[in-house]
Amino acid sequence: MIIKKQFTRRKMLGGMLSGSAISVALPFLDCFLNNNGTALADGTDLPLCYGTWFFGLGYMPGRWEPKIVGRNYSMGVDCEALNPLKHKMNVFSGMKCFLDGNPNVVHTSGPQVMFGGQITRGGDRAPASLDTIIAEQIGTRTRFRSLEVSCIGLPMSYTRRAGAAPNPGEISPAKLYARIFGPDFVDPNAADFKPDTFTMVRRSVLSVVSDERNDFVKGLGANDRQRMDQYFTSIRELEQQLDLALQKPKPLAACTIPQKQEELPIGAVVEEVMSNHKLFATLLAHALACGQTQVVNVMFSQAVSNLRHEGNADTHHVLTHEEKVDPVTGVQPKVSWFNQRSTEGMLNFLTALDSIKEGDATLLDRCLIFLTTDVGLAMNHGLENVPMFTAGKAGGRMKTGIHYSAKGDPVTRVGLTLQQVMGAPASVWGKDGNRTAQTISEVVA
Amino acid sequence: MLLRKFAVVTPVLAAAVWALPLSSPVQAAEAYSAAGQVADLPQPTVRRLTPSQYKNILTDITGGGIAVEGKFEPDVREGGLVEVGNGQASISTTGMERYSAAALLISREILDESRRATLLPCAPASPKHSDDKCAREVLSKIGKFLFRRPLSENELKNRVSVADMAADKLGDFYGGLRLALASMLESPQFLFRREESEPDPNRPGEYRLTAYSKASRLSFFLWDSGPDAELLAAAESGELHKPKGLQNQVDRLLASPRLEAGIRAFFTDIMHFDAFEALSKDATIYPQFTADVVRDAPEQTLRTIVDHLLTHNGDYRDLFVTPNTFLTPILGSIYKVPVPDLADNDSPDRSWQPFKYAENDPRAGILSQISFVALHSHEGRSSPTLRGKALRELFLCQKVPDPPANVDFTLLQDTSNAKLRTARDRLQAHAASPMCAGCHKITDNIGLGMENFDSSGQYRTTENGVPIQPSGVLDGVAFSDVPSLAKAIRNHRAAPSCFVSRMHSYGVGRASTRAEAPFIATLQKEFSADGYRVADLLRTMTLSPDFYRVAPPQLASAETN
Repeated sequence: MIIKKQFTRRKMLGGMLSGSAISVALPFLDCFLNNNGTALADGTDLPLCYGTWFFGLGYMPGRWEPKIVGRNYSMGVDCEALNPLKHKMNVFSGMKCFLDGNPNVVHTSGPQVMFGGQITRGGDRAPASLDTIIAEQIGTRTRFRSLEVSCIGLPMSYTRRAGAAPNPGEISPAKLYARIFGPDFVDPNAADFKPDTFTMVRRSVLSVVSDERNDFVKGLGANDRQRMDQYFTSIRELEQQLDLALQKPKPLAACTIPQKQEELPIGAVVEEVMSNHKLFATLLAHALACGQTQVVNVMFSQAVSNLRHEGNADTHHVLTHEEKVDPVTGVQPKVSWFNQRSTEGMLNFLTALDSIKEGDATLLDRCLIFLTTDVGLAMNHGLENVPMFTAGKAGGRMKTGIHYSAKGDPVTRVGLTLQQVMGAPASVWGKDGNRTAQTISEVVA
Repeated sequence: MLLRKFAVVTPVLAAAVWALPLSSPVQAAEAYSAAGQVADLPQPTVRRLTPSQYKNILTDITGGGIAVEGKFEPDVREGGLVEVGNGQASISTTGMERYSAAALLISREILDESRRATLLPCAPASPKHSDDKCAREVLSKIGKFLFRRPLSENELKNRVSVADMAADKLGDFYGGLRLALASMLESPQFLFRREESEPDPNRPGEYRLTAYSKASRLSFFLWDSGPDAELLAAAESGELHKPKGLQNQVDRLLASPRLEAGIRAFFTDIMHFDAFEALSKDATIYPQFTADVVRDAPEQTLRTIVDHLLTHNGDYRDLFVTPNTFLTPILGSIYKVPVPDLADNDSPDRSWQPFKYAENDPRAGILSQISFVALHSHEGRSSPTLRGKALRELFLCQKVPDPPANVDFTLLQDTSNAKLRTARDRLQAHAASPMCAGCHKITDNIGLGMENFDSSGQYRTTENGVPIQPSGVLDGVAFSDVPSLAKAIRNHRAAPSCFVSRMHSYGVGRASTRAEAPFIATLQKEFSADGYRVADLLRTMTLSPDFYRVAPPQLASAETN
């Protein structure tokens, strides 16, 4: 009688563990390949990084976008603080989110289009967010596929796989520190590397869970099967995380371990948000420099921004609707003040990346950061002229220092451009009025 | 006596369907289709464990004493319930990382030297080597409670084999066992409650939950935890499928003190108490609203509910008017009533004191409590709109539409306007706009009736020096103040029917289907006939085969096509 033996990863690893050498290379897993499965990572180049930086309630029209289109622009008055970095940034104005006859679900429709390329109605399968599409290209060889943080005390993010729930955002810098730089961190510059036996055994044991997939999903309907696919994908990524922990990481000269973070008060008072955001910015910059991830997602404030002053009942969001417009200047002064805090946050984040030197360049130079919001005019939840910025040259793939204006075009043109720059094989993106095949070649190097 | 008669609930589909001699699920599906019921048959659910269920299962296994966090992903709420949202939730990459870290910590704790003698049925021949037999005993014993059914031989064999391999590699029996145990805590069989179905021999052509799925549905519904050994045994022996066996188990579960956990979980869900995790008030405006208040506020309401519904078997509707509650000194400082601090290190629970309000005190009823009025307010001011919306959606099951996008709110903000000193004045000015009037009419009218409570829950009679006018009309019933508003809610015909429908959805983990409407109508009738006693409602619901009826599997898998 012939017995066919099935070789699962668990059995393979288990078998290898029975051997004497624990430094043996791991099996050739798909996590070491790019998404097309065409090649191994080139060990010589520093990896590309991508980030989303989201802030709620946008800016007032005319107060963020440069007056000059093209090069040599200066930021609008509420964004002036970004001028020192404008040569490393691009500004995109005039573009809108199309509702296509759907109701404007306030503070929701905008992010849906911006990150998913479409209005998602009840019962629709949520599309993959821009960052996860890009992470499929660049983020598969790192310990964390992506890292999400939320600076307002609510564990939110706009990052999700198709059909899945959004990833939770970490709200505590101290916990993020422990997650990245805690006991499981392997310093890429350490002289010695010895794979941890416990991790090796654990990796082997974990595959008993992934082996349960077929039995568990048998007979499930499409929706439940999709949910379970998400769960088993999460298990697979956990396995990949352990696989990577067993390999000697490539040295990264710019990698240093940041100072351990103490817990600060977490909440929506402006000072709390600014302090926690700064800590997050430092940690994420170090995580990128140390090769722990290539994709980061920051929620500075949520779409319905609840940032406020201590002792004052009026949040940023309340003010956008209720503060009187100055009849002379046409400005809501308190709203403008809060909007400038978003600018300050952007500056802090980009500076954290730009201050890490890598030879002649900086960490920011090999990043592409997409900074955007939920509305074009918060007062009436307008979805026209929605502010969008990018920062970083994506390792030389992006031109910078450009203000691009395209009145009435869908915002998805920017999203499609970012996907292509980062190597995603997308020729069109979006749905209905938000569908586009037109990239912005002016910013592509 | 808490429990009453067993109410017979009639089958809900046409008799002609039952009578069909159907031999295969396909035929059954076709027959349902012919009867026009196909789209309405409920599917078995796959629910992610809630944080409290995760914790309770582990407490049951270990007897407590192990710190379990339980919450690794944000809750998903659908149809007003997290328990329904969990039927649509998955586990993200970040969430899995957290579940996995917890699994390692918990498995280490369970196998800690100090607990081995009580929790483990055996000891290995040598603690430094694998021990096939002992690993099997341990994993089989604990696994049954984690997976809510005995492990299949294959599942057990796989787990024992990894435990042995890991023990030999690590040179540590318990280290190996720990990893095998952790893999169970990471398994979909533990993290998701997957319900399975089988043909119902008592109703030819129809499907029901399997005995183990039935045991889980019962146990999570009534105890907010997995089935205990006795319930699993009833499932294993088939007793649970017999009317008498089911009745024995239902009565046992309802008579147990653990019913309190089930009632607490249900009200925590319908009252959105998970939002307390992120609730804070502006510390300058409401300095008395401390973290202790946030901790005690939902507990006050849950104690009030448990005392009224379980201890005294009270009428559900009286929750809205009951003068009885429990307070701590810190809550007393907000309610401005003296509460002696009797807590000491040995018995911190003594800080809770029973308290009864005088007749017509505006504090009576659960909706006057901090857990409602503060939760449905802004950080720095009250919100008649949020309160009115919550009251309609949470307790009357009336959906309030979302606001339109393009609205002029400037009048709301103008607190300096001498003519608009109170929230009522400002909202009336705002709602004068025809676009806003429709929704605000259904929320503000009742929300303004609660304006005597500020955002922190403190009672007040004026706002900006102007007396508050809490009068209004709730669906045709006039009220003049908070007590009469509470009475109007208590007597609202939608209040008990909303409660029954929420409880059914909570129990089955999904929105009720059209095919279940007659069952729910019967439950509502019984609830009324029983004097709105919740324990009776639970009993009626869980004894009925309709509570466990599911679609034939073909219909479920047809979704994939």
